[in-house]
Amino acid sequence: MPRKLPAKDVVIIGLGWTGSIMAHELADAGLDVIAIERGPWRNTATDYPPDYAPDELRYRIRHELFLRPEQTTFTFRNKMDETALPIRSWGAFMPPNGVGGGGVHWNAETWRFLPSDFILRTHLTQRYGADFLPQDMTIQDWGVTYDELEPYYDRFEYLCGTSGQAGNLNGQILDGGNPFEGARSRPYPNPPQDQPFGATLFAKAARELGYKPFPQPSGNMSRPYQNPLGVRLGPCTFCGFCEWFGCGNYSKASPQTTILPSLLRKPNFIARDNSEVKQINLDVSGKRATGVTFVDTDGNEWEQPADLVILSAYTIFNVQLLLLSKIGKPYDPTANTGVIGRNFTHQTISDVTSFFDPAKFIFNPFIASGAIGMCIDEFNGDNFDHGPLGFVGGGYMGQVQTNGRPIETAPVPPGTPRWGAQWKKAVKENYLSALKPGTGVHGSMYSYRDVYVDLDPTYKDRFGRPLARITMDFHDNELKQNRFLTDKFAEIFQAMGAKQVVKEYRKGPYDITKYQTTHLCGGAIMGTDPSTSALNRYLQSWDVPNLFVTGASGFPQNAGYNPTGTLAALAYWAADAIRQKYLKNPGQLINA
Amino acid sequence: MRSGLVIAIAMIMLCGSAVVVDAADVQDFAAVERGHYLADAADCGSCHTVPGSNHPFSGGRPIETPFGILVAPNITSDRETGIGDWTDDEFDAAVRGGRSRNGARLYPAMPFPYYSRMSRQDVMDIRAYLDTIQPVRHAVQVNRLPFPLNLRISMIAWDALYFKPEEFHPDTSKSNDWNRGAYLTLGPGHCGACHTPKTFLGGDKPSDALRGYTLQGWTAPGITSGKGPLADWSIADIEVYLRTGHNRYAAAAGLMSEVVKLSTSKMTNDDVKAIATYLKDTSGPAAQSSAPDKNVVSAGAAIYQDLCAACHRRDGKGVPGLFPDLAETATVKTRDPTTVLRVILQGAQSVSTGPEPTGPAMPGFGWQLNDAQIAAVATYVRDHFGKAPPVSESDARKARSDEAARTD
Repeated sequence: MPRKLPAKDVVIIGLGWTGSIMAHELADAGLDVIAIERGPWRNTATDYPPDYAPDELRYRIRHELFLRPEQTTFTFRNKMDETALPIRSWGAFMPPNGVGGGGVHWNAETWRFLPSDFILRTHLTQRYGADFLPQDMTIQDWGVTYDELEPYYDRFEYLCGTSGQAGNLNGQILDGGNPFEGARSRPYPNPPQDQPFGATLFAKAARELGYKPFPQPSGNMSRPYQNPLGVRLGPCTFCGFCEWFGCGNYSKASPQTTILPSLLRKPNFIARDNSEVKQINLDVSGKRATGVTFVDTDGNEWEQPADLVILSAYTIFNVQLLLLSKIGKPYDPTANTGVIGRNFTHQTISDVTSFFDPAKFIFNPFIASGAIGMCIDEFNGDNFDHGPLGFVGGGYMGQVQTNGRPIETAPVPPGTPRWGAQWKKAVKENYLSALKPGTGVHGSMYSYRDVYVDLDPTYKDRFGRPLARITMDFHDNELKQNRFLTDKFAEIFQAMGAKQVVKEYRKGPYDITKYQTTHLCGGAIMGTDPSTSALNRYLQSWDVPNLFVTGASGFPQNAGYNPTGTLAALAYWAADAIRQKYLKNPGQLINA
Repeated sequence: MRSGLVIAIAMIMLCGSAVVVDAADVQDFAAVERGHYLADAADCGSCHTVPGSNHPFSGGRPIETPFGILVAPNITSDRETGIGDWTDDEFDAAVRGGRSRNGARLYPAMPFPYYSRMSRQDVMDIRAYLDTIQPVRHAVQVNRLPFPLNLRISMIAWDALYFKPEEFHPDTSKSNDWNRGAYLTLGPGHCGACHTPKTFLGGDKPSDALRGYTLQGWTAPGITSGKGPLADWSIADIEVYLRTGHNRYAAAAGLMSEVVKLSTSKMTNDDVKAIATYLKDTSGPAAQSSAPDKNVVSAGAAIYQDLCAACHRRDGKGVPGLFPDLAETATVKTRDPTTVLRVILQGAQSVSTGPEPTGPAMPGFGWQLNDAQIAAVATYVRDHFGKAPPVSESDARKARSDEAARTD
């Protein structure tokens, strides 16, 4: 029997970006808030100080900051008729763990989605006709518009001190920014980061090809910054150890560097780390959450009663906890009924490696930050005519090389031996003069009827609960999209003067062992219809109104951008709805 | 505060002997408020409250002195274990006279030589405030000194040498701000308790007031102006530092972070400005550098670029409000390297305050650098940025072993 703790107004599951934002906003509203975090506490100076934060072996290769698969994992299969097997070493994505969550180890690429992304089905149907979309594509409108979210994007960017150049300021298109972005109400809080030679050359070639390149919006500081909560960040030193790493010198926006110092000063907030929530408890009606049950590292179980439950773990854990807690109807792809697990997506990325004449080009790839680089957005979302192309979706692309770290950065031309003297010679020759942007083509992945999450029938976690099972594969639409985008991307490197451009198209089947961002989305999606969404437009559960679910699990499909800006904006949006609407009249906010 | 005082004095004059003017009066809202403010300014809670305790002023915190450990007593109004049945005269004698209730002499860990600059009214107001605090039954054994220091009779000689009780008298040639600042600095604020050098008996050296002293494993740097460590700090710099724990140059860590958190951040802007005004009118010598070994400096410079420059920047200027400017940090440009070595060895957590919640921390490098390397980087930082004398490998070795022996 779990021991019962004194009741709180709010219990928050997971203290990453959205958990921190929710906690801060709800504590500001005077509520008594507890956050329960599965992983350890993390502080900059004691957990990833600058003297050993840049350790590629420890953090990149050995996954120091991530969940250990021994604690829990997922099973995976490509197709519904296959048997899923458990993931024993992380590959395609990196499940975060610990205070700060993914906000500790992200690259800080801080994008907004396009206005048309939020009304995707309506927009594409109007422009191309309903028949243009693949039969089994299950994309939806979000139930919230870009204009509604704009003030909340703005809040997150000012919290983080995002460095960037506005492209659309209150409807006015500005040179040097992204002309395709939705109108923003004010400029970025900080100017763009300085760009290294490779990115500058990319921008020049892109401009000559008729594109409008712009600096990638970055949560790494271009100058010292004090945010509206009074918390300070220092300027980025371009060390090139952002993604997979914590930032040792307070330069990368993370919960630790932007919001936790303010949150921890609030007397009505406490956090418990190293405590894993096993389930969200419901009353006998099944319509009201009474709190959560969690287990500490001693194996003791505790019940934390609360009036309001915020589920803000990583995408797939949100979905799993809903399924395990029997909240909402599980998705059944055969009958096409139910919602929990539905519209699960990832990202369609690819890369191009370009080799330049070492005598003429020295790129110094180790001068980098996680969100550095020059990008173009001509081929994102519906910024271009898909009519003749036979696919939908797109992505940004850019010379966004985040590092030249020694273990992974050894670009050699095709045909080079895999080891030995010839290989060493080729690495030496090309290290400084090759460009390898990593996620250079950052494409959308739209949702399909047979891509989803459910509970595995075979494999169990250490508590005897079923693991979450991922069923995911690429569909032709995404592979076509990727081929088109990768070709366009390669043209720019050709124009830069590369002597050889090697295209690495994204190919099916989806490979769970190859890293392709940590942007898992969907599975507990927001929408306007309870029969096709788990949450209403305020991220409130249709089934249990005192439960809100934050994070990218709410995205009906994934756009061609990194998700953090949008999931953080949605957290602020939901927090505002709770403060302005829900607390005045607790209950279902939308009559559907 | 000052207007409150003026009104109080006016009231006294109007009412004459009809009012008991010098008794603690818990019924008097203004007295309780004023006492609360003075208790913060005097930082009573720093010693008399165990950090993190829910029972303020109930004592029990060990205070490290050069002579041994003293434990701060319970000063809540519990009648048996606190001061509940003390008379006002007894309380005043303790705070300003250094005498316990039975007449025995107090050890100067209780900074009564400073508190004697307060008026009796000040002390009665503090007592009025303490009387509003929840009484806590908590018996504290105060004296844990070794023989013969545990004999309080030894304090007779000390008091004769070092204790000159005297209420603060304003210097009419100076501004009101200066006088208020002098009163706070020399009286309740008891800044000299840490920042003034001591004789071998632990008494202040008045000629060296506020020129820096080392205690509890930290250097309390000189805080004099003139040519002293705060020469380049403006009044506003000092004010912002005391109010928020941070300014464009420095960050409060160690003992000073407690002072900021519990005391100076709770003072009015006018009062911290007054302290700044007074400190800017004090004078002290510049730290004297002496030519260090060039090889040591170049080794230190290389370590600095590798490990320190990411935050403190290549030029040592740091980031205002976040990372200290090493050329303007008093603990760097001071003769005694204790703080510099301790911070390099074990790191430091700066204070988080309302206006400056960040509380940035520096990691420790003691696990990574050997004594010679610690000495080299400390020498480089002190010579290149602070103009302070070099640090030897044996200094670093001693700092490391001192630190290993510490429990804080």
